[in-house]
Amino acid sequence: MDDTFIELDGVEKVFDVRKKTGFLKRERRQVRAVDSISFTVARGEMVGYIGPNGAGKSTTIKMLTGILTPSGGRLRVAGIDPSRERTRLAHRIGVVFGQRTTLWWDLPLIDSYKLMHRMYRIPDARYRENLDRLVELLDLGVLLDVPVRQLSLGQRMRGDIAAALLHDPEVLYLDEPTIGLDVISKAKVREFLRELNTERGTTVLLTTHDLQDIEQLCSRVMVIDHGRLMYDGPLVGLHEVGESERTLVVDLERELPPIEAAPARVVKVEGPRQWLAFPAAESAAVLVARIAAEYPLVDLSVREPDIEAVIAKMYAEQAEKAANAGNAGKAIS
Amino acid sequence: MGERHALAEGLRAYGLIAGMWVRSSMTYRTSFVVTVFGNLVVTALDFVAILLMFSQVDSLGGWSLPEVAFLYGLSATAFGIADLVLGSMDVLGGRIRDGSFDTLLVRPAPVLAQVGADHFALRRLGRITQGAVVLGYALVSVDVDWSAPKVLLVPVMVVSGAAIFSALFVAGAAFQIFAQDAAEVQNAFTYGGTTLLQYPPTVFGKDLVRGVTFMLPLAFVNWVSAAYVLGRPYPIGLPSWAAFMSPLVAAACCALAGLAWRAGLRSYRSTGS
Amino acid sequence: MGSGRLYLAVAAGGFRRYATYRAATAAGVFTNTVFGVILVYTYLALWDEKPHLGGYDQAQAVTYVWLGQCLYATLAIQGGGAEKDLMERIRTGEIAVDLYRPADLQLWWLAGDMGRALFQMLGRGVIPFAFGAIFFPMALPTAPSAWAACLVALLLAMVVSFAIRYLAALSVFWLMDGMGVNQALMITGIFFSGMVLPLNAFPGVFGDIVLVLPWAAQIQMPADVLMGETDPLGAFAFQAAWAVVLLAAGRLLQSAATRRVVVQGG
Repeated sequence: MDDTFIELDGVEKVFDVRKKTGFLKRERRQVRAVDSISFTVARGEMVGYIGPNGAGKSTTIKMLTGILTPSGGRLRVAGIDPSRERTRLAHRIGVVFGQRTTLWWDLPLIDSYKLMHRMYRIPDARYRENLDRLVELLDLGVLLDVPVRQLSLGQRMRGDIAAALLHDPEVLYLDEPTIGLDVISKAKVREFLRELNTERGTTVLLTTHDLQDIEQLCSRVMVIDHGRLMYDGPLVGLHEVGESERTLVVDLERELPPIEAAPARVVKVEGPRQWLAFPAAESAAVLVARIAAEYPLVDLSVREPDIEAVIAKMYAEQAEKAANAGNAGKAIS
Repeated sequence: MGERHALAEGLRAYGLIAGMWVRSSMTYRTSFVVTVFGNLVVTALDFVAILLMFSQVDSLGGWSLPEVAFLYGLSATAFGIADLVLGSMDVLGGRIRDGSFDTLLVRPAPVLAQVGADHFALRRLGRITQGAVVLGYALVSVDVDWSAPKVLLVPVMVVSGAAIFSALFVAGAAFQIFAQDAAEVQNAFTYGGTTLLQYPPTVFGKDLVRGVTFMLPLAFVNWVSAAYVLGRPYPIGLPSWAAFMSPLVAAACCALAGLAWRAGLRSYRSTGS
Repeated sequence: MGSGRLYLAVAAGGFRRYATYRAATAAGVFTNTVFGVILVYTYLALWDEKPHLGGYDQAQAVTYVWLGQCLYATLAIQGGGAEKDLMERIRTGEIAVDLYRPADLQLWWLAGDMGRALFQMLGRGVIPFAFGAIFFPMALPTAPSAWAACLVALLLAMVVSFAIRYLAALSVFWLMDGMGVNQALMITGIFFSGMVLPLNAFPGVFGDIVLVLPWAAQIQMPADVLMGETDPLGAFAFQAAWAVVLLAAGRLLQSAATRRVVVQGG
């Protein structure tokens, strides 16, 4: 890809952690929050960055935005080394921290935007044009004159997203943009991000706990755990790699013996209701059609695999592989 | 971009952010009026304490009330200016703890300017006002043969003093990056410093005077130059030209504080605190 | 008596809560020590000019300074004790929850504040005081009875200090904003407690007045009891009288405030 926008090559972040072990004794320990991560993101991509708490997600985002300096490796965003040219980079990126608003609590929403206008030296015409567009798309019209402290969580998140985009950043980082939002607010935010990405070609990198964010927005997903990149590819592939299974819950007319429909297998029966597990990569529609043809169906639903479970499974496999490789090495020597 | 450009950018960002805080405080008008008034009373009590002492005695450490008022006015005005400009830096520790410090680092403006303007509060004008009033009283009542250098020294002391106290605030902020919960240590030097300088140097032990002259050069806020203006010997015998050194001392303090701040920021960006 | 144990637990909670802020406590110790040193020198100069000011000699003036630094955080002279939390709870309306608790509101907050005060005295007050005793001549009694009497005076001082701040906090029920009240607490606390100058060194009629105000129970009384400058029983009576009056006023205000909450449908 020629149009590489973000580039990480063996990036590391090591923290010194001091722990009290006795009355005056302290133990120093090194923690690898990010352990040799390499990837590139092309201009205009929309990437989901997921992993359990403490996996190294926010540390990576902080390095990409220039808040933290990597301990090793090479990192470039738009050709700029973030930690060395933090302020120059700041003009080209937008950041939304999900749980921390950057809006001015006691002032009307519009005042925060006016500050961005001047702080980022956005040309007047461009500012007005961007503001109008963002206000319309994010439905902020009636909120502009309301003090931020009176906004709901969802309204504030929309307000924060607009604030991060007024200066036309080429990339938008979002840290948990839908956390704590109600269903309607989530849908609004997702719809806006999709449009931002397709219409304006803004590169988007988002961390999330919500698998639906990824499913509805991202063509590509990166999984990080224990500071290592575990997976980088499309979401479907993640299910394959993790050998994850979806669950089909079938309500039959009456109690029946376990349904036979390979490769799906029955994992649980409770009266007329049966649970069938099948590989996530398989089409649910084909399976449902087959079952519907042979059994008296009342209702059914498909349950998506839990992302944390997929990651846990992937991690266990990697550890196993590493252990095997180690044994093999010993056997040879 | 050069240092000069960075300074201009910093001042611009400071102005923008300070303006937002002023507007924010104006949304609670009654609270604003109450705190302005309260601030004036609290700082005035400082001087009332000295007046109480002089209701019992005619001199303190050999210095008369107008002379002590001269010291007080200089110290309080200089401190008041620094306090207005950078006085809210003690919220930095809290910002680091709750993570909102990160949001300052993604803005296209020098972090020091953003931290300095944080929680900017006009109520702090109270201290400057009160200090200036006492200084005015001292200037008309003190018994001095005013010569050109002596007259010049008064504004020089106020400006240099403000710079020295500002350097203390910045150094204190840098310290908070390492120890977020220990913000109060800063008070010992800032508030402690201004309290110390409100009394004549003759009151204190020689070692303490030496310490605040050579190690932590607070004495250059007012003691050294004021001793010259008032024609009083400085307790540890400095040459008379020392009275004119405060701008240089202030510049050195600011440079050191700047280095400390950079070291602090670098350590934050490499440890993430 | 089960409720006694409840308040003891509340006090222990207050103690523990402040004990977790180690770095802040260390910073406070340092700051109090620095201020103590500055004040000691100014007092020594003052007593040099006028020996026996207020009936103290130099060693007694020095002792007064260090006791004041020891009690600065203990008695929340500038505010910042339980009343701060209480004001916040009143402002946000969470106080309604407290009213349904099967415990007395005033005793509950008193217990918590006593726990806090005890920690501040041990964690933050003792070291500056010991520092003063080591490096400056102080007038400390040798008789254990004088120390014991001082301890009683300190406990009473804590109660009076709480009672003043409790009254101030309850005013938020009507003012809805603690800003002005906090300022007033700070001003009166610093000045009338004798933080800037021992109250017995205040001049003339003004000096007579400040000595009978409740704030005199905070630093002046324990100091005088410690240094044998006053009859302990008289001092206890003075402190206890103010404690009773102020706590009773607190109860009165509290019941008025409670009615207000009920009427508002809180």
